[in-house]
Amino acid sequence: MPNRKLTFRVFRHNPYDPQSAPRVQKYEMQETPRLTLYGALTRIREEQDPSLQFDFVCRSAICGSCAMLVNGRPRLACRTLIEQLPSRINLFPLPFFRLVGDLSVDTGTWFREMGQRVESWIHDSEPFDPDALEERMPNDTAQTIYELDRCIECGCCVAACGAAQVNPTYLGAVGMLRIARFLTDPRDDRADSDFFEVVGTEDGVFGCIGLLACEDYCPKGISLTTQIAYLRRKMALTSLRSSSNGKGASAGAQHAEKAKTAK
Amino acid sequence: MINTDVLVIGAGLAGERTAIELASQGFQVIIISLVPPKRSHSTAAQGGMQAALGNMAKSQGDSTDIHFEDTVKGSDWGCDQDVARLFVNLAPIAVRQTAAWGVPWSRVEPGPRKLPDGEVVQELLEKEGLIAARDFGGTKKWRACYASDGTGHALVYAMDNVTLQLGIEVHDRAEALALIHDGQRCYGAVVRDLRTGELRAYHARATVIATGGHGRIYGHSTNGIINEGTGMSIALDTGVVPLGNMEAVQFHPTGVVPGDILISEACRGDGGYLLDKNEHRFMPDYEPQKKELASRDVVSRRMVQHMRKGFGVESTYGPHLWLDIRHLGKKHIEVNLREITSICRDFLGVDPVRKIVPVRPTQHYSMGGVRTNIAGRAHGLAGLYAAGEASCWDLHGFNRLGGNSVAETVVAGTVVGKSIARDLEWLDFPYSEQAVAAMAEDTTQMVQERILRLRAGGKEYVYDLRNQMSNVLMEKVGVFRKGAELQEAVDELAELCQRSKHLGLRSSGVGANPEVAAALRLPGMVRLAFLIAYGALKRTESRGSHAREDYPFRDDIHWLKRTLARWAPGADLPTLDYEPVRITEMPPGDRGYGESKVLAVEEKVRA
Ligand SMILES: Cc1cc2nc3c(=O)[nH]c(=O)nc-3n(C[C@H](O)[C@H](O)[C@H](O)COP(=O)(O)OP(=O)(O)OC[C@H]3O[C@@H](n4cnc5c(N)ncnc54)[C@H](O)[C@@H]3O)c2cc1C
Ligand code: SF4
Ligand code: SF4
Ligand code: FES
Repeated sequence: MPNRKLTFRVFRHNPYDPQSAPRVQKYEMQETPRLTLYGALTRIREEQDPSLQFDFVCRSAICGSCAMLVNGRPRLACRTLIEQLPSRINLFPLPFFRLVGDLSVDTGTWFREMGQRVESWIHDSEPFDPDALEERMPNDTAQTIYELDRCIECGCCVAACGAAQVNPTYLGAVGMLRIARFLTDPRDDRADSDFFEVVGTEDGVFGCIGLLACEDYCPKGISLTTQIAYLRRKMALTSLRSSSNGKGASAGAQHAEKAKTAK
Repeated sequence: MINTDVLVIGAGLAGERTAIELASQGFQVIIISLVPPKRSHSTAAQGGMQAALGNMAKSQGDSTDIHFEDTVKGSDWGCDQDVARLFVNLAPIAVRQTAAWGVPWSRVEPGPRKLPDGEVVQELLEKEGLIAARDFGGTKKWRACYASDGTGHALVYAMDNVTLQLGIEVHDRAEALALIHDGQRCYGAVVRDLRTGELRAYHARATVIATGGHGRIYGHSTNGIINEGTGMSIALDTGVVPLGNMEAVQFHPTGVVPGDILISEACRGDGGYLLDKNEHRFMPDYEPQKKELASRDVVSRRMVQHMRKGFGVESTYGPHLWLDIRHLGKKHIEVNLREITSICRDFLGVDPVRKIVPVRPTQHYSMGGVRTNIAGRAHGLAGLYAAGEASCWDLHGFNRLGGNSVAETVVAGTVVGKSIARDLEWLDFPYSEQAVAAMAEDTTQMVQERILRLRAGGKEYVYDLRNQMSNVLMEKVGVFRKGAELQEAVDELAELCQRSKHLGLRSSGVGANPEVAAALRLPGMVRLAFLIAYGALKRTESRGSHAREDYPFRDDIHWLKRTLARWAPGADLPTLDYEPVRITEMPPGDRGYGESKVLAVEEKVRA
């Protein structure tokens, strides 16, 4: 039966309150069985300090709301069991993202902008026909896309990334993952060359310093570095092709090729 | 004041689908949401989305008619049959459209396939690559389309991507606190910015409530912790919009303790046992035939019954029971029950291969909500609409079929979006923008005063009242209900309603302070809790998830009707009215499952 006295040292700051200055506040509580950081923080808010800001929605590692630095490492607070932590627990907000207050950061705005930048939607010129059967797709292709679609936009990878800390316009491993997801999808008409401007630069694949932190901290275990390497190869090839024939590889031809490999 | 054609409150599947329909018809839409859209609770749906595509061996011969029957039976004849018909007809199109938007639906792989019970079926070559489906409780055919183990996630991401594509404005971290209206027409809402704590008014020609379920009123719920029913309560606050069937609340037998994370039916489907504090397997004592495999409602009720007899395990987090899957073996558990295994290991620190898992029945779905007509127009207030779990469109009656609610969000979003577009084109009547500005000013002022009163400090603490409210619901308005206890619940909740007028803050209340948010929500939550208890007390029958121990029969003679609750501003008590349920194709009959008997019209004739 776990029964330690827990000490939380929590970053506090409310940027919208002119009286507030960043500080660390200490909370203590008795450990109870099967407790997660979600349970512990909720208890602190209800029993000790109702002003404490943090974000949870699903409390089951599905919604990506609750990433924070737990003893210095980015992770989902809801999937962090207290019994696996020492009794002194330091909690800080994720770096890189704008602070909303205390442990809450504005990942939503950053991810929406990322989505706009990579045009995170299916580019398809055919209008939807409500009377037609669905277009067929091999189950393997669906599975592959699903694997690349599993990101929950928690921000751990960006918070851990050295390149992002020095370059605020860096797309992040997650942005590149998103591009790989649409490049793999046979329903999307875009070709490699269509992504070159967004990702074939220092803000994308050529800005990555390859220290793998993103992958180490991704709570969904997505193979981010594999995706970055895949994109880097594609982008290197695209720049090669465009310098040899003066333009990017023809989108139509590439799309046909993508559809073929997918089927 | 921010002006827009349409204000959509809620960015889950229902809200976003509505917004997409309108934006693609050229209307200006703003979505507001407590959280970034992709964090909405819709992402948590894992099981699937019902639509009669008929692509699997086990769905051969499926049709919209059979889906209709399953839905009506599931609802225990409480649903609106016109709505159910419209829904089943549109669900296949809805699924296919999301496929075009990028959802990686799992697909049919032809060839023989062995099912868990040993039966071997042949998936057809001609169906190769079409959208696959899986089995889900309460359906005759396999009909739940799924994207691996993340149906809701994949749907939400695809839907949100379309809102990006259409350039729909989303204001996240924003909470609607009051509707702007004059008792006849709705003109938008007053919203609190959850980053700064500031209030702002949105003026809209049409306003949509798509705020999801109210699960968190019950302390123990599988719902996301933001599902507090505020959208329903701001509609109720108008005094003219009724909430339908609030007493209809669905429970799930296996939420884990603590945390209330849902573990799927599969744990019982594959042969898991439920044990009591003596590690005795008790389900066969109550249900010798079906044991743990009886329907959701039945298992939940038996669990509560057994805990009430004193066989629950006492814990810091209240009484619970055990789920035991150890006998299924390490390989089966880790391969076939992978999700359940990771929930137990990651969120409880319990390895289900070696240990038993603490579970108890947990609130899961709210069938009740803002009462609308088939086009999604809210009763009582022109210009107000509702869609998704926040609404009582009434597809689900007294019991929602698994997989029908995700499908409902997408279908209803489309239907409601279209009807708003029509209303704005043809039915829009002119009004004075000046008058609206004054109304918006008044409403903002009213909310501001509520905040000032909280800061001035009443004696009640928000989390104390909240816990008392949850306990009353959980203990007295749960899976089993009976008159005396419901009466107690009604009395206690009436008192909590009064006490919730005297909330005071313990913190400064400056900026985006979460205590202010909680304190602003609580009085509305207590009113919803009251409606649930009051509706349940008055409904002297058992229907679907509403199970009265003192009235164990479904009573079609007196109760083939829907509860409508209104609450006049300032009144101590709500008023309940009833409207008939529309029966068009399928007269009331036997569900063929569940334990409640039917008091049918014929019996009355004979008697
Ligand atoms: C664990 C779990 C599993 C499930 N699995 C399935 C399944 O497999 N199949 C199925 O069909 N159904 C399932 N359901 C049910 C289904 O997921 C929900 O009914 C459905 O997703 C609800 O969608 P919605 O759009 O109505 O609401 P939600 O997705 O809950 O969205 C509500 C939105 O409203 C916003 N909001 C709320 N209040 C306010 C306010 N006052 N101001 C501004 N914004 C507000 C929120 O921020 C959010 O964006 C499951 C439910 C649970 C709990
Ligand atoms: S591998 Fe690249 S993207 Fe990942 S953390 Fe390192 S620099 Fe960032
Ligand atoms: S890639 Fe992984 S770490 Fe990065 S945002 Fe997505 S889920 Fe989080
Ligand atoms: S609360 Fe959803 S991921 Fe942690």
